[in-house]
Amino acid sequence: MLRRQTAAAWILVLPFVVLFLAFTAGPVLGSLGMSFTDIRQRDLRTPFAVEGVGFGNYLKALQDETFRKAAFNTAYFVVIGVPFTLVVALAAALLLDRGVKRFQALFKVGYYLPVVTSIVAIAVIWRFVLAPDAGLLNTVLGWFGIDGPNWLGSKTWAMPSLIAMAIWRNFGSAMIIFLAGLQGIPQSVEEAGQLDGASSWQRFRYLIMPLLRPTILFTSVTTGIGYLQFFEEPFVMTQGGPLNSTVSVSMYTYQQFGFGNYGLATSMAYILFVVIAVITFIQFRLLREK
Amino acid sequence: MMRRTWWIYLIGALGLVAVAAPFVWMVLGSFKTQGELLRVPPTWLPQDATTENYEALFSKAHFPRYFLNSGLVALVVTAGNLMFCSMIGYALAKLHFKGRNTLFVVVMATLMIPGMVTFVPLFVLVTNAGLANSYPGLILPFLVSPFGVFLMRQFFLSLPDDLMDAGRVDGAGELGIFARIMLPLTRPALATLGILTFLGSWNNFLWPLVIAQTEDKYTLPVALALYSTGQNAQNFGLLMAGAVVVVIPVLVLFLVFQRHVTKGIAITGLK
Repeated sequence: MLRRQTAAAWILVLPFVVLFLAFTAGPVLGSLGMSFTDIRQRDLRTPFAVEGVGFGNYLKALQDETFRKAAFNTAYFVVIGVPFTLVVALAAALLLDRGVKRFQALFKVGYYLPVVTSIVAIAVIWRFVLAPDAGLLNTVLGWFGIDGPNWLGSKTWAMPSLIAMAIWRNFGSAMIIFLAGLQGIPQSVEEAGQLDGASSWQRFRYLIMPLLRPTILFTSVTTGIGYLQFFEEPFVMTQGGPLNSTVSVSMYTYQQFGFGNYGLATSMAYILFVVIAVITFIQFRLLREK
Repeated sequence: MMRRTWWIYLIGALGLVAVAAPFVWMVLGSFKTQGELLRVPPTWLPQDATTENYEALFSKAHFPRYFLNSGLVALVVTAGNLMFCSMIGYALAKLHFKGRNTLFVVVMATLMIPGMVTFVPLFVLVTNAGLANSYPGLILPFLVSPFGVFLMRQFFLSLPDDLMDAGRVDGAGELGIFARIMLPLTRPALATLGILTFLGSWNNFLWPLVIAQTEDKYTLPVALALYSTGQNAQNFGLLMAGAVVVVIPVLVLFLVFQRHVTKGIAITGLK
């Protein structure tokens, strides 16, 4: 009986395991190996010319001015982008759960729309929205007498523009999860607070928020992992400029790959991986249920 | 009380306008001439509406080909995920075998690994296998996903074991129980996984960007990105129309299947 189950199980897992080993597990290890060698594009035909360089690539990456700039930009994007995305998402979820009774589905679907669309297409559209003279945003600002800057052409404003676009695109996804979390909280919790005379802010802060903890943990981890890898936005909108002010770690890694520096590129990818793992671990420690 | 509701709906509606405005701007812009797109202050509705941008997409720019490529890759990737992820998801949830927990933990651990980590060796592997600039090269690395395994496993866990035992009493084989009794019950999960995988593949960018090397293999996002950064970077009408062609099909698909999408996201987020 159990033996039959084992045989069936192996048949069922086999296709996945083969594809997973070839296209995920293998490359994860291969990448680690490459990051300790001086492998370049031209070495692919003569693999024996490759030599080990220890942590050389890692040191080179960490000393590279542009890599440091990219790391700073990525941190900027994450540290500002994640909290704002979650706050907007939670506000939208509260609005739908508590306020909007009619047309709730319409609002939900509407807010979620940008999540399912191609980042490349969105980046192309937003380039026009943010255009200095004929752009949508500066036209709207003009109605209020505000003279908007050349958003993507400015060292100061390019990064906040990308962050704003990321919030606009991604908040819907965290909103859906918050909404499910809110709907899982029994009505009696709030009613108890109401009876004790707690204001709506107090009820939210001391009754709802603690119950949402697992949901906040999940959304902050997934949003954080996604934002740490941001790539398409600068690739299409700014090409990392002006003056590297929007180049991200993923984008710089991709550029090094493009130059044929495979060893260096994989070491950069692994640095990003380690940072993601550490940050995820810290988030679990900070937000896990007490 | 009435006053308060009124304000909430206004805020909600303003939010909707902010979300929808760029899309509306895109659709309206795709029908404007280059001259009108450069006008300051910009126009809202096209003054002399033209379909020349779309004509250029379909004649000069081979967008029908990119469209077919995107669709073909997304369909095969979706079929692969539905089949292979439900198979392993069932084994992980319902069958007893050695190494089950290890396998599950290893697969879940890869959810955290950034795409950039596997990117370079994967490129080397696919290139050395002679699959660069081919459909198999575009498809094979995405035929299974840890997310799909997780989703299907969670769903199978929620089904009662009695059904399997009943099948066994009736003399059905283990694979028959999976295919004929259990799999048909996962239709909601398959719908969720199918739509999410299709959308993900349709929008996928980095991998096709390096693997599709000649125009006949470009997918839509690759073509749009290369047009927007290459010599057509200033051809605004063409880019707007291109963005419409990339975005509108997935919007329609999403609106048709939206219940499955939002339900699936909520399920994976809470468990």
